[in-house]
Amino acid sequence: MVRLNLLLLVVLAACALGLVTSQHLARRLFGELEQEQERSRQLGVEYGQLQLEASTWAVHARVERIASRQLHMRVPEAKRLQIVRPEEAAK
Amino acid sequence: MNFAASPVLELTLPVWRARFLLYVFVSGFVLLLGRAVYLQGLNNDFLQAKGESRYSRVLEVQANRGSILDRNGEALAISTPVKSIWAIPGETHANRRQLARLAALLEMPSAEIEKRLADTGRDFVFLKRQIAPEVAERIAGLHIPGLFQNREYRRYYPSGEVMAHVLGFTGADDIGQEGVELAFQDRLAGKPGSRRVIKDRLGQTVEDVESIKAAQDGRDLSLALDARIQNLAFSQLKAAVAQNGAKAGGVVVLDVDTGEVLALANFPTYNPNNRNKLAGAQLRNRAVTDTFEPGSTLKPFTVALALEAGRVRPESVIQTAPGTFSVGGATIRDAHVERSLTVAQVIQKSSNVGAAKIALGLPAEAMWEMFRDVGFGAAPGLGFPGEATGKLRPYLSWRPIEQATMSYGHGISVSLVQLARAYSVFARDGELVPLSLVRVDAPPVGQRVMASKTAGAVRAMLEMAVNRDGTAPRAQIMGYRVAGKTGTAHKQENGSYAADKYVSSFVGFAPASRPRLVIAVMIDEPSAGRYYGGTVAAPVFAQVMAGALRVLDVAPDGPMRPIELPPEGQEVKESV
Repeated sequence: MVRLNLLLLVVLAACALGLVTSQHLARRLFGELEQEQERSRQLGVEYGQLQLEASTWAVHARVERIASRQLHMRVPEAKRLQIVRPEEAAK
Repeated sequence: MNFAASPVLELTLPVWRARFLLYVFVSGFVLLLGRAVYLQGLNNDFLQAKGESRYSRVLEVQANRGSILDRNGEALAISTPVKSIWAIPGETHANRRQLARLAALLEMPSAEIEKRLADTGRDFVFLKRQIAPEVAERIAGLHIPGLFQNREYRRYYPSGEVMAHVLGFTGADDIGQEGVELAFQDRLAGKPGSRRVIKDRLGQTVEDVESIKAAQDGRDLSLALDARIQNLAFSQLKAAVAQNGAKAGGVVVLDVDTGEVLALANFPTYNPNNRNKLAGAQLRNRAVTDTFEPGSTLKPFTVALALEAGRVRPESVIQTAPGTFSVGGATIRDAHVERSLTVAQVIQKSSNVGAAKIALGLPAEAMWEMFRDVGFGAAPGLGFPGEATGKLRPYLSWRPIEQATMSYGHGISVSLVQLARAYSVFARDGELVPLSLVRVDAPPVGQRVMASKTAGAVRAMLEMAVNRDGTAPRAQIMGYRVAGKTGTAHKQENGSYAADKYVSSFVGFAPASRPRLVIAVMIDEPSAGRYYGGTVAAPVFAQVMAGALRVLDVAPDGPMRPIELPPEGQEVKESV
């Protein structure tokens, strides 16, 4: 009887220590989860900011200005245009 | 020494003393037990709360406002977190150097900051709102006690003034105040939530207890707008307003098949990213909220009604000599006198006399119904704040002269959006299309207003107006067949028409063989000498239409030859 009780005591102690460890582990993992979620929020914010930046660089007026002034591009004149219709191209 | 023989043990005390002590202790324990049961079992809220407050925290979960995108997914409005700096005046202690650094970072005079911090009667004062996160970090680095930061959102509009009127803007608290931001506030706004967590001694969250309210991000909104076309429309409009010394102007581009608003530009405009100087006139979305007397652009509706009623045919001849026509004491004039014109030519040359004669052969009620059916006098249903309905008086109060002038667009007022929508009737074979600001996936069902044969006949007339013998040769586009109508109207001022103030407009669609786009252009008070719709508004139409058709890859349906303009000075003048 005494031996059984002692055995149960040891098992109990082991369980208790196990509980403490797993609780600790769970909290550490939760902390990591929190950090990752925060990072995901940060990345979301950064994505928004990059989208904004992309839109700002791609503002049509700016693209047009660069195309015409720096790259000297222009809309072709009428007489230099040729329209190719799909049915003609197929022949 | 023998203790057992101690005389002290020989003493006998009265039994009640022991009993008394026993009772005292027992009742003491009962009292404690009762209190413990009361505190832990029956009335445990207070202590529970006290206990929880040591480790449990309710955190707010932020929700983002949805973005606004154009039809191709390009970002038009995005919220991004910024910081606001606030202080508790009584507890803020900054030395000279810190104050100077703070002032420099906030771009505020340090005297202004000192003034705000001197108001010690208050517990809370904003120093500055909506500053960039990097700047906020450097301010936090100053370690000024009593100075705090809040996270909030700021909306950015990369396209700036180009789409200002459509998008509108939000206030400091990220709540929509104008335009789409206001109209779709419910959908765009996020709902912040909260959750309960357990924090440890170091303030780190160690356990999620419960989600009290789930945060809900606002939904993104895909507009019908096409950024490329919008940009084109805006830049052409801006150039035309400057070139003609005009007071204002507007352009509306509609997709014929879906009723989507592909572009809606106004001038003057404003920059929604800089909300300090926003005031009155520039904020108005004129194309939607302002009405004007459209002038000759209404003639096609009069003619359509006459065709529908079987009163005339396109080739019926109307006497227009001597270029004037008296109705009830008033005289209607043509700028361009012809002996007689066919009904089609009345549209092509924009003859007031012809239109008035056609109108007077029609019942007032039928005319009123036609105007109502094409959407005049009622809000166009875009869902915009402050949509104008325009003025369409009940037909019972029309006098003959009024009926005659209404046939060419006077005595009735419409907004530019209404006008563009009304022309969708001709472009869609007689159906009026419902408009939409947001992207439409399935084509909507139109409402039949006139027979498709009538619409086709009017379309042919409108095509005649856009050639070298019509009033709008400058609306021609190489490679495409274009149909449309000019309008030039005196502006009303203090109840009478101002002799030298005009509203020039042009509404048209292309390609005429199978219309894809309706574009309406309005230029308000051109003052650089030219004021005819055909010379002021039609070129804007042509530029925007040509660009938009190219952007949308619409196949040309016309001859590929340079457009023909009439010789200088021989252009057909429109009747005003």
